[in-house]
Amino acid sequence: MRLPIYLDYHATTPVDPKVFQVMAPYFTEIFGNAASRSHEFGWVSEAAVENAREQISKLIGAIDKEMIFTSGATESDNLAILGAAEMYKDKGNHIVTSSIEHKAVLDACHFLQSAKGFEVSFVPTDIYGQVHPEEIAKAITNKTILVSIMFANNEIGTINPIAEIGKICKERGVLFHTDAVQAIGKVPIDVQSMGIDLLSLSAHKIYGPKGVGALYIRRKNPRVRLSPMIFGGGHERGVRSGTLNVAGIVGFGKACEIVQKIMPQESIKLKQLRDKLWNGIKNGLDEVYLNGHPVDRLPNNLNISFAYIEGEALMMGMKEIAVSSGSACTSASLEPSYVLKNIGVGEDLVHTSIRFSVGRFTTDEEIDYTITKVIETAKKLRELSPLYEMAKEGINLKTIDWTAH
Amino acid sequence: MSYKQKVLDHYENPRNVGSMDKNALNVGTGLVGAPECGDVMKLQVEIDELTGTIKDAKFKTFGCGSAIASSSLVTEWIKGKSLEEAMSIRNTQIVQELSLPPIKIHCSVLAEDAIKLAIRDYLNKKSKNSHLNKEDSKI
Repeated sequence: MRLPIYLDYHATTPVDPKVFQVMAPYFTEIFGNAASRSHEFGWVSEAAVENAREQISKLIGAIDKEMIFTSGATESDNLAILGAAEMYKDKGNHIVTSSIEHKAVLDACHFLQSAKGFEVSFVPTDIYGQVHPEEIAKAITNKTILVSIMFANNEIGTINPIAEIGKICKERGVLFHTDAVQAIGKVPIDVQSMGIDLLSLSAHKIYGPKGVGALYIRRKNPRVRLSPMIFGGGHERGVRSGTLNVAGIVGFGKACEIVQKIMPQESIKLKQLRDKLWNGIKNGLDEVYLNGHPVDRLPNNLNISFAYIEGEALMMGMKEIAVSSGSACTSASLEPSYVLKNIGVGEDLVHTSIRFSVGRFTTDEEIDYTITKVIETAKKLRELSPLYEMAKEGINLKTIDWTAH
Repeated sequence: MSYKQKVLDHYENPRNVGSMDKNALNVGTGLVGAPECGDVMKLQVEIDELTGTIKDAKFKTFGCGSAIASSSLVTEWIKGKSLEEAMSIRNTQIVQELSLPPIKIHCSVLAEDAIKLAIRDYLNKKSKNSHLNKEDSKI
C-alpha cells in the first residue's frame, strides 16, 4: 500500500489510464480544430467530438444534439441559470433553488438577485439535506421560470427526489435544472423519466480530465433555449463559443462509456468500502455522528462529525490520508460549511466534520489503515479536548456561558 | 525551526496536557473560546503561595493545530513566572514564536486571554477566601 491515501474523490478523481490512453493522440497527432470544416484535420477532430457527445448523452438518456461542451460544471451551472434567466426574463423573474446547492448555483442566483432584479427562493432541506418536493411546489409562483436543485450533494452525498421534483416542474410549466456532477456514474440518471430540462456534468469527477464539462439542454417538450454567456465563433450551436477542447472531450466521452458499463458493480463496491469505513470508525469511537441521509446517499460518501475534535486538528494528525473538512479553519473564507449549517447540524459539530469519499482505486487495505489511523488520532485529540472532558463529567456544554471571540 | 515544524512539534508532543482540581484554592482556571467558533482552551495554573509564582500549568484545547500549539507553548512559558510576568505575555509574542499566519492570530489571542483568566480566577478565589477568613475571625 502506498501513502498518502486518497479519500477525496468528491473533490476530483485521477484520470483513468484507459481514458488517458484514448486522449493522448489528440494532443499531438490529431490536433485539428473541430470547427475547421474545410480539411481532414478538422473533420477527424469533429468526428471525435461527436462520438464523445454521443457517449456522454447515452449515460443520461439524452440525444447527442442536446449536449453542449463547457469548461466544467461551474460554467454549465452558470450558463443554465444565467442563460435561462436572460432568455426567459420577460416570462418571469423568479427562481427556486435550495439552500445547500453548490456555490456555482448559489452565487449565480445571488448575482441575478443583486444585479438583475430577480427574486430567488432558497428552499430549506430536511435535517438529512433532502429537498422535499412539496417545498418546491409551495415556492413556485406564476413568475417562476426555473427550478435548480442538485441531484446529489457534494458534501453530505444526500440524493434528492429528482423525478418527483421534475414532475412538479412539468405540471407547473417551469424549467428544471439539476447539477448532477456528483451523482453521475454513481446512480442511474434518465432525463426523460426524471423530467430534467437542463443538467450539468463534469469530466473530472468521473475519472476524466479537468477543464471539461457539459450541459444537457432539452430539445423537445419543451425546447429549452439559453442566452449565451460566452460570445465568439458561434460554436456549440451558438450557445457556447470557443474552440473545443478536443482531447478533453474525447476523454470525457471515454470516461462516460466506462462508467456506464461498470456502474452497477462499481457502486456496490464503493458502498461496501464506505460502509466498512463507517462501521470501523463507529465501532472504535463514541459520539461520532453521520451527516446526511442514512439511505438516500451516494455510495461513496461518508461525512462524519467527531464531537469535541476540531476538524483541521484531526486532519493534521492523519496527514497521510487526504480528506476534506467542514471546519472553518480549513476553508479560505474562515466560514464553516454552509451545507452542514443549513441542514441544521449544530455549529459546534460543523467544526468537527470530516468528509471521506472513496473511489475506483480505493482498496480494502487503505480503508483498514484509515480506520486505525482515524481512531488513534481522534482518541489522542479527545484526551486533549476540554469539551470531551466536560461532557464526560456530565456537564451540559449548552449551558455554559462561552466567551465567544 | 520553521513555522510548520514548531506548530507540528507542539501538536505532536503537546506539553503539559491535563487538568488540575479546579476547586483547589491555589489553582486558577481560564476557559476561553466557544465550541461554535471552533476553539475552546482551558488553561490552569497552580500557584506557589509562598513565592507568588506559577508552580505548574496544564491545558486542554479543542481547536486547530495552531490553537493547540499556542496553548501548549504558553504553559511552558508561564511555569516559574510571577503572576505579573505571566499577565504581561502578549499574543504577538506567541505569533512570533510560532510564526502564525494572519488567519491564525485569533489562536494566540485566545491563549493570552486564557492566561489572564486563569490568574484572575486564582486572585478572585484568594480575595474571597481572605474575606471569608476575616469574617471568621470576627466571630
